[in-house]
Amino acid sequence: MLASTNGHRPGARRAAYPARYSAFGLLRRGLTHAEWPPAWRAHPLKGSYDVVIVGGGVHGLAAAYYLAANHGITDVAVLDKGYMGSGGSGRNTAILRSNYLTPEGVRFYDRSIQLYRRLAADLDFNVMFSQRGHLTLAHSDSSLRTMRWRAEVNKAQGVDSEVIGPAEIKRLAPFLDVGAGARYPIVGALWHPPGGIIRHDAVVWGYARGADALGVHIHQNTEVTGIDVADGRIRGVRTSRGDIATSVVLNATAGWSTLISAMAGVAMPIQTFPLQAAVTEPVKPFLSTVIVSGTLHVYISQTDRGELVFGASVDPFTSYSMRGSLEFIEGLAGHVLELMPALTKVRVLRQWAGLCDMTPDFSPVMGHTQVEGFLVDAGWGTYGFKAGPVSGEAMAQCIASGQVPEIIAAFSPERFASGALVGEKGAAAVGH
Amino acid sequence: MILLPCAWCGPRDASEFQHVGEVVARPDPAAATAAQWRGYLYLRANPCGWTTETWYHRMGCRRYISVERHTETNEVRAVSAAGAIGEG
Repeated sequence: MLASTNGHRPGARRAAYPARYSAFGLLRRGLTHAEWPPAWRAHPLKGSYDVVIVGGGVHGLAAAYYLAANHGITDVAVLDKGYMGSGGSGRNTAILRSNYLTPEGVRFYDRSIQLYRRLAADLDFNVMFSQRGHLTLAHSDSSLRTMRWRAEVNKAQGVDSEVIGPAEIKRLAPFLDVGAGARYPIVGALWHPPGGIIRHDAVVWGYARGADALGVHIHQNTEVTGIDVADGRIRGVRTSRGDIATSVVLNATAGWSTLISAMAGVAMPIQTFPLQAAVTEPVKPFLSTVIVSGTLHVYISQTDRGELVFGASVDPFTSYSMRGSLEFIEGLAGHVLELMPALTKVRVLRQWAGLCDMTPDFSPVMGHTQVEGFLVDAGWGTYGFKAGPVSGEAMAQCIASGQVPEIIAAFSPERFASGALVGEKGAAAVGH
Repeated sequence: MILLPCAWCGPRDASEFQHVGEVVARPDPAAATAAQWRGYLYLRANPCGWTTETWYHRMGCRRYISVERHTETNEVRAVSAAGAIGEG
């Protein structure tokens, strides 16, 4: 008997591309066994593109999608050396929030949350955004002071954040140990109702499908090996599959952003650190919010499948290694049990690491560079995934207009020369 | 890299050390331009491969060492007493 090797049944009816996803469509295909068309296509690599985006994660794909959707620029190639979402987009802990410390940061991340809220409808793809609320615990008076500061900055920008006490924390998360006898007693928390979790793979696939339908070429397993610059302008990109002539390159990589920028002769204020995360076996739903403790270097959420997802601070030294360490998982387990002693019997299923491009001020580096046509959307540290939509929107605007949109003006690469840093250390991540 | 061979103490657990970072030449503050100073403060090669960096044995001899480390495999091939940083 001949078996189809690609999962497609011979003779099955080909559907129109792109298929509109709907409950009715699901029922019809369930009954008729009609084939789902692929969500995006593979193309031969063309010899030239108007715009080449390096990095097929949420940032690169979102930029491609908004270039096509908002600006009508469709002669765009997105290159990834691996598969789509194989970097930070598939390795983060899928937490969304906008409770940052600086007005520039709060405005920027809040725009991203707004885009995420309507993303499923915009892309016709279920991204499973669950706005379940986000709790950042304070274990000391000084961290409580930072929470109050963040709450006031958030409110001034119209973002819902407030400081709450242990009784309210216990009501929101009954499994937390809020007793005074804890080694790190919980004295309060920053409660941020718009925060939540999302399915990160779906965001990547949704943007890929949307961009592809508008004419963008997505090239997976296509590694950039060089960038040609002449007279201070971008001329082309060399890849493992051939050369591309182009006048615009966007570096939307994480982990390798200094290496890609170096190909164009652009130095970056970035150092790469691994960040490890882990997931447990699924258990019954008991945790309805995202829990973060900067003091204990941990954040915890429960997925719709019931697994607990744990993230941490970055590893203590720079590296491009994506191996997990025993030291990390031991420390993480101790910190989780400090917060939720009831979890002693829960088993960890797997751990992994992603690469974080840390900048000196814990804010990204976005915009034009000294090489004409070479743009960066980099330095995403531990906060890149939540900024995917707004970054894509803003970088598309940057490319289309040649101007820098106001919402990312503060994140310019020039700020390290002028000294106008955007210090987000107190809110960008845990344990820095 | 689980063990880091300290130039004075021999192989010790990496968690005893603090990673100081890439060795970057400090320009003369009196003569450096703003751009040179900015490069010294912020810009890093951040290579994926062999790099020379400074580590501080904070829970051991409390001296600084220079380490040649591969940033992808975390293999260490050479260790020596650090240069000017932290010495004296």
